[in-house]
Amino acid sequence: MLEASGLTKTFGGLTAVENASLRVPPGAIVGLIGPNGAGKTTLFAMLSGFLKPDAGRVVFRGRDVTGLPPHEICRLGMARTFQIVQPFGAQTVRENVAVGAHLRHRGRAEALARAERVARQVGLGDELDKLAMNLTIAGRKRLELARALATGPALLLLDEVLAGLNPQEITEVIPVIRAIAAGQDGAAGVTVLMIEHVMQAVMNLAERVYVLANGRIIADGAPADITSNRAVIEAYLGQGTAERLRRAQGAVRI
Amino acid sequence: MLEPSILLASALNGLTTGAVYALIALGLTLIYGVLHIINFAHGAALMVALYGVYYLHQRLGLDPYVSLPIMVPAMFAAGYALQRLVIGRASHGKEENVLLVTLGIAIVLENLALFLFKSDTQTIDTPYTFSTMNILGATISVPKVVAFAGALVVAGLLLLLVGRTDLGRAIRAIAKERQGARLVGIDVDHVFAMSFGIGLACLGAAACFLLPAYYVNPQVGNGFVLIAFTIVVLGGMGSFLGALLGGLIIGLVESIGGLWLGESLGQIGIFLIFIAVLLFRPQGLFGARA
Amino acid sequence: MRELAAIAVFALAVAAVPAFVTSGYALNVVIMTLYAALLGQAWNILGGFGGQFSFGHAVFFGTGAYAMAVLQVKFGWNAWAALPAALALGGAMGALIGALSFRYGLRGSYFALVTLAFAEVFRILANTFDFTGAGVGLMVPLAATAARMQFASPAGYLYLILGFVVAGFVVSWWLKHSRYGAWLQAVRDNEESAAALGVDVFGVKLRAIVISGVLMAAGGAFYVQYLHYIDPHIAYGLGASVEALLAPIVGGMGTVWGPLLGAALLHALGETTRNLMGDAPGINLAAYGVVLVLMVSFMPRGVMGLFQARGAARGSTHA
Ligand SMILES: Nc1ncnc2c1ncn2[C@@H]1O[C@H](COP(=O)(O)OP(=O)(O)OP(=O)(O)O)[C@@H](O)[C@H]1O
Ligand SMILES: [Mg+2]
Repeated sequence: MLEASGLTKTFGGLTAVENASLRVPPGAIVGLIGPNGAGKTTLFAMLSGFLKPDAGRVVFRGRDVTGLPPHEICRLGMARTFQIVQPFGAQTVRENVAVGAHLRHRGRAEALARAERVARQVGLGDELDKLAMNLTIAGRKRLELARALATGPALLLLDEVLAGLNPQEITEVIPVIRAIAAGQDGAAGVTVLMIEHVMQAVMNLAERVYVLANGRIIADGAPADITSNRAVIEAYLGQGTAERLRRAQGAVRI
Repeated sequence: MLEPSILLASALNGLTTGAVYALIALGLTLIYGVLHIINFAHGAALMVALYGVYYLHQRLGLDPYVSLPIMVPAMFAAGYALQRLVIGRASHGKEENVLLVTLGIAIVLENLALFLFKSDTQTIDTPYTFSTMNILGATISVPKVVAFAGALVVAGLLLLLVGRTDLGRAIRAIAKERQGARLVGIDVDHVFAMSFGIGLACLGAAACFLLPAYYVNPQVGNGFVLIAFTIVVLGGMGSFLGALLGGLIIGLVESIGGLWLGESLGQIGIFLIFIAVLLFRPQGLFGARA
Repeated sequence: MRELAAIAVFALAVAAVPAFVTSGYALNVVIMTLYAALLGQAWNILGGFGGQFSFGHAVFFGTGAYAMAVLQVKFGWNAWAALPAALALGGAMGALIGALSFRYGLRGSYFALVTLAFAEVFRILANTFDFTGAGVGLMVPLAATAARMQFASPAGYLYLILGFVVAGFVVSWWLKHSRYGAWLQAVRDNEESAAALGVDVFGVKLRAIVISGVLMAAGGAFYVQYLHYIDPHIAYGLGASVEALLAPIVGGMGTVWGPLLGAALLHALGETTRNLMGDAPGINLAAYGVVLVLMVSFMPRGVMGLFQARGAARGSTHA
């Protein structure tokens, strides 16, 4: 589905991502983890066309999409969410999601209908006519997800859609992501690449995890292999990560 | 080919005008650098200051240069109040809103002036209005030389103020990092208003230097607004040195360009520079690439 | 569809006015209000629906006006043939300015200032060349016949401007109910998000400024036909630009009815100040300036904001 190789991005003197490569096979849920400032969001931005990589290539569905503008990449079937949510604040939830739906539906009525279905799918069914700016954090995260999903993607890039949610909300959203990946209501499953700090979610959802630290991919493998090796994590992800993991696991039981 | 002496006179003329432009642009760039707003009412405020100087001369017989200690604080106070009471409350977090509000203020000022003073163009008569002096063989009007020197002095004072005083430190802190400045206890709203006040105080000084060799009417500010914007973007938004150099450059371009193209087409050069800089080099001629 | 019906009812009601009102003064008030609404509708497409605030819409107005005048006076074209050319030139001007500004990512105040600079450039050009009558301007010879888009009675002009305004209404309605409109409003609210959802931000903005330019040029064309005269200051001065942005800001940006409502309220205000203060120059415009400051400060959603149920919901969280 997605194959990135040798991606590099520097900002001034700072190398945010260095020679990062990853592969997302069709139908998979793949996790991308790493400490704050590791370069995860920057890597996403290069995959989705928001940043031009200084070096490296992105191949999506067999096509080289390196350096294409974001809207064209989205049209090819890769949709992303933003870590810092960016709703169209003055528009309703329905209208927000319809913008995504319009990518594959010209008619206004069709797009609104699809928006409603997708919003229900992520649990926003009761807030369809609320202004996006009036949603809670959890609501806005769901909205990010719904908008991206409404574009009918083959691959979803999720940037910390669980961050800022309380444990109860997290347990609600995890099955939503699983259902999106599995496909439902006759829709085909969507391949997912997700950045996540909530380790339990990654453990729970992803079948493969990449670890990014200081801009480099330092490990990848099955989640159990990555997280079972506490010493490795402590060494690569820095002091305190093990502690955070323990807290996260204590807080979230699924 | 043009005579070298004409060229020299034109260049000197351009430099003297440019210095006054620079003074006007310094106020604008200070306001931009600190508040991140574009003060569309800058030209209208200059017009108000020019009327101030004019009436101080007509009614009280004050020489324009003697009016300096009146006009500078008066414009400062007006600017302080305007920012605190009107502009500061209007933005709702959108810079375009501020542009609209300052446009509204410009419209009000210009039309009130039209109502109060009529549309006639006024000049004042001083003993030195028509006196000239000789520099390197070129003849140049004395008020323009005074304006040139005065503008440079005021610009120097402004640089000292921002560079050396506590207020200047606060201004620079806010220009760099607004949120951080708030956190370390700087009264941001006060400094905003001070900056706006200082920005208009520059116009008070500019008006005193300008009027002896210039004129005033309700529309006089319009001609200066876009020129001042051009200088500010040319010099790099928020840069004092850039505004100073930019002012001199624009003065030269206008004056020497006018030799070839005639005055009105010479103005086009300025606007084309403005458009080109905004499009291709928004950080200004002297700024580092963002 | 209900809104389309409302637009139709409005059009029929205005079309019926000359049957009941014969006073030239009253008809002129209606015509000038519709004219202000048209300029507002034009600005509203780009500024209200698209979030790109222009301070130089006069550049489109003036282009439409001069195209109309020059083609008739210097080239002997019939007005009805000149009109499509004037509209096309307005659109072309939009494409030129839009392509430059949006390609280089100008936004917010910078976009506003660049449009203003373009208007100034054209004002000076129009002031310089004989082709446009230079500073004297151009006079379109009187020939009160519909065949030359001139009319003996004000009713004819009323139908002409009403036609343009209805076109403006239909475009605004379409923006509220189409994919393109949804994209345009998405770009207004958040360009990055819009791009992430597959919206070609540049293309969407470019189309908006072209449509806006065409409609604004219609305003310029109407001006020339109605008043038979154009000069550089009227065509490309700040006045037309301000008139265009004032009505939607007062009435409600990004709404279908805002520009008309704003134009009507501003005209009412203008008449009131004239009655109170006499015809003193400046007072009218000063009042408009005060209204602009007050609206942006206290009612950024315009008068239409009062009618919208959403207002309450929005106000409650927007501290
Ligand atoms: N536009 C930018 N300009 C300059 N530096 C940037 C820019 N974007 C990111 N950086 C820097 O690049 C580094 C990587 O940032 P990035 O946002 O990709 O990290 P992240 O892994 O997503 O972190 P987090 O977990 O906090 O979201 C950081 O040091 C950040 O400050
Ligand atoms: Mg991140």
